[in-house]
Amino acid sequence: MMFRLPINELDGFFAKIAAGRRLYLPVDQNDGTSAFAEWSEGTKMSENLNTLRSAKSFFFPQVTNLCDFNVKDKEIEVIDNRADSEDFAVFGVRGCDARAFTILDKVFLVDPIDSYYATRREHGVIITLACTMPEEHCFCNVFGIDATSPEGDVTTWKTDSYLYLNANTEKGEAFIAGIKDILEECAADEVEAQRAKTKEIMAKLPFANVSTEYFEKNTLLDIFNSEKWEKLSEACIACGTCTFVCPTCQCYDIKDFDTGHGVKRYRTWDSCMYADFTKMAAANSRNSQMQRFRQRFMHKLVYFPDNNNGEFGCVGCGRCLTRCPISMNIVKVIKTFGEE
Amino acid sequence: MQEVIDTAKRLLSDGTVNRVAGWKAGEFPYDVTPAVFTTVEEIDNGFIYNDFCAPNLSKYLIKESHKEGKILVFLKPCDTYSFNQLLKEHRILRENVYIVGVPCTGKVDIGTVRAMGIKGITDMESDGENVTIHTLYGDKVVPKTETLGDKCRTCKSKKHVIYDELIGEDGEVNNDGARFELVEKLEKMTPDERFEFWRGELSKCIRCNACRNVCPACSCENCVFDNPGSGIQQRAATDSFEENMFHLIRSFHVAGRCTDCGECTRVCPQNIPLHLINRKYIKDINVFYGEYQAGEDVMSRAPLNAYTFTDCEPGIVYERGGNE
Repeated sequence: MMFRLPINELDGFFAKIAAGRRLYLPVDQNDGTSAFAEWSEGTKMSENLNTLRSAKSFFFPQVTNLCDFNVKDKEIEVIDNRADSEDFAVFGVRGCDARAFTILDKVFLVDPIDSYYATRREHGVIITLACTMPEEHCFCNVFGIDATSPEGDVTTWKTDSYLYLNANTEKGEAFIAGIKDILEECAADEVEAQRAKTKEIMAKLPFANVSTEYFEKNTLLDIFNSEKWEKLSEACIACGTCTFVCPTCQCYDIKDFDTGHGVKRYRTWDSCMYADFTKMAAANSRNSQMQRFRQRFMHKLVYFPDNNNGEFGCVGCGRCLTRCPISMNIVKVIKTFGEE
Repeated sequence: MQEVIDTAKRLLSDGTVNRVAGWKAGEFPYDVTPAVFTTVEEIDNGFIYNDFCAPNLSKYLIKESHKEGKILVFLKPCDTYSFNQLLKEHRILRENVYIVGVPCTGKVDIGTVRAMGIKGITDMESDGENVTIHTLYGDKVVPKTETLGDKCRTCKSKKHVIYDELIGEDGEVNNDGARFELVEKLEKMTPDERFEFWRGELSKCIRCNACRNVCPACSCENCVFDNPGSGIQQRAATDSFEENMFHLIRSFHVAGRCTDCGECTRVCPQNIPLHLINRKYIKDINVFYGEYQAGEDVMSRAPLNAYTFTDCEPGIVYERGGNE
C-alpha cells in the first residue's frame, strides 16, 4: 500500500523517526562527497546519488570489539562486553547497497550465525530511496537490481512535491504503522511516472549492457588459470581501497590487543589486497599481488555465485570505479574476460 | 600526444627498449591505468597520453628496472623528481631505464570535477584551455585551471630534472611559493584550531594505506605497519588517535625525501589533503637548512642526512612558540 507525505514536511518526518530510535542518513561532507551520519535537528540530507563509503558498516563495522579477557594468575575470564543494541533506522539507502545486505546475510546469517551481525540486523530498519539520477559508473541492472524500486524494509521515492513510502517487510509495516498519523494513503501514479523516466536514463548508461556471461559459462579452473590476471593486476598498488568502499566485501581478521593486564579481541575488516591476508603460521597461500588481486574478483564473480545459486557478489554500485587510485576495477575485469 | 605514441613505437621497434611504461586508456577518458606495453600492437590498442594521465610512474620502476632488459618510461616534470630521489636511494637501476620527458600543463582531476557537482560524466575533452564535460544530463565547459587536482593547482616545476630524451621544450622551475599558501594559512591558526582541522581531516582515514603504497618515498620492502612483529600492525585502531599518528609518523619518515609529487592526496579515497603535512616539513626545511628540493639532483646530501654546524638547535621549537 502506497503512502505519502508532502516534501516540505520531510524534517518533521525525520524528527518523528528519530524520536523512537537513532536515525542515520547521507549528509554532505566538506569535499563534495557524502557519508551516513546521525540525524539531529537541522541536519540536511545530501542530494548526492550515493555515499563515498557503503552502508555495510551499520551491520558489519570496520572494527568490532568481540570480547575482552582478564588474565589473573592462571585464570582467564572471558568478558562479553556487548551492550544490548539499540534500535536504529537508516534512511536513503540505494538499491545497490540494499541488495548488498542480502548478500552479506548469506555469509553472516548462515550456520554458524554471526550473532554480532544478526543483532544489528534485527535492530535496524532499512529505508531505501529510489534513484532518479544514476551516474556513469552505475551498473546495478547487470545484477538484476531495480534502482527505481529498491529493496529494503521500506522503499521511498522522492519527487518535487512528495515523499512516497511503501513497506516491503513486516518490520517495514510496523515502521509505517508507527508514523501513520503524518502519512496519507495514495495512488502510485507519480511514482510509476518517475520510475519510467529513470529507467529510460538507465537504459542509456555506458555499462547497461555489460555481460557476465563469460563467468557463467566457463569453469572455475579455466578462469583461475587465465593469463589475463597478470596484465590486469600489473598496476595494482595493493591499497585495498576497493575492498574498503565495497558494500559486499566481507573478509575480516580477528586480532588480540594486549592491554597490559588483559586482552581485547577485535574483529577488523581485512583486505585480500594485503600481503598478510590469509597468512598462516606455516606460510601464505597467496604470495604475489596477482594472486591477491585474482582472489578478489574470483570471489565476487566465481566462488560466491558457485555457492549461492549463481548470484554474483557484486551489486554494481561503482564505488571501486570512482575510488581506485589506478582505475582498475570489476567492470574492466568483466569486459577483459568477455572479449574472448 | 601522437609524438608520445610515435616515440614509444620507435624505441620499442629499434630495440632501445623491450618494454614501455605508460598509461592505458580506460572506459572513460579519466580512468587511465598505468601499464607496461611490450608490443607495437599493444601500444596501438590503448596507449594514451593526455590531460588525464596523472599517475606518477616512477615508483613502478623499482620493480620494473630490476627485470631483464631496458624499459622506456614517460615522465612528467614532477615525476622526474621522484625518479631522481629513488635513484639517490639506490632503488632504481638507472642503466635499465630509458626516460622520455613529456610536457605537462597540469592534469584534470576527476574528484575535483565531481566536487563541482557535475554528475554522470561520460566523456571529457581538454583543449589545454577548457575542459568540455559531457554528462548524462547535458554538457558543461569549465576552464581547465578549475579542474586541476591539488598536485597540479600549484605546480612546483615544469622542468625535467632527468631524461634521456625530451618531447617538446623544457619548462622552468616555479618558485612563486604558491604551494605554501595553504600551509601558511594553517600556521596562522591557533594551536587549537589547527588541532581541530587535522583531527577532522585525519579522523576520516580508513587505513587503506593507499597514500603509503603510492608514495615514491615509501619504498621499504616491508613497512613497519605491515610487520606482525612490530606490535603496531593492528588494523583496528587501538585508540581514536591512531590514524592521526600513523600519518604523522609516515610524514616524518619521508621528510627531506618527499619531492611533493602530491600522489598521496590524489589517491586518498577519503580526500584527506595529506600533501599539506609534507609541504609543512618542506617549508620548514627550507627555512632551517636553506632552500632544498628533494629529487632535484642525485648527488647532494639531504639536509636531514647531513650534519653541519649551522643546523638549528632543538630549542628552535620554543623560539617559534611551540610550547604555547
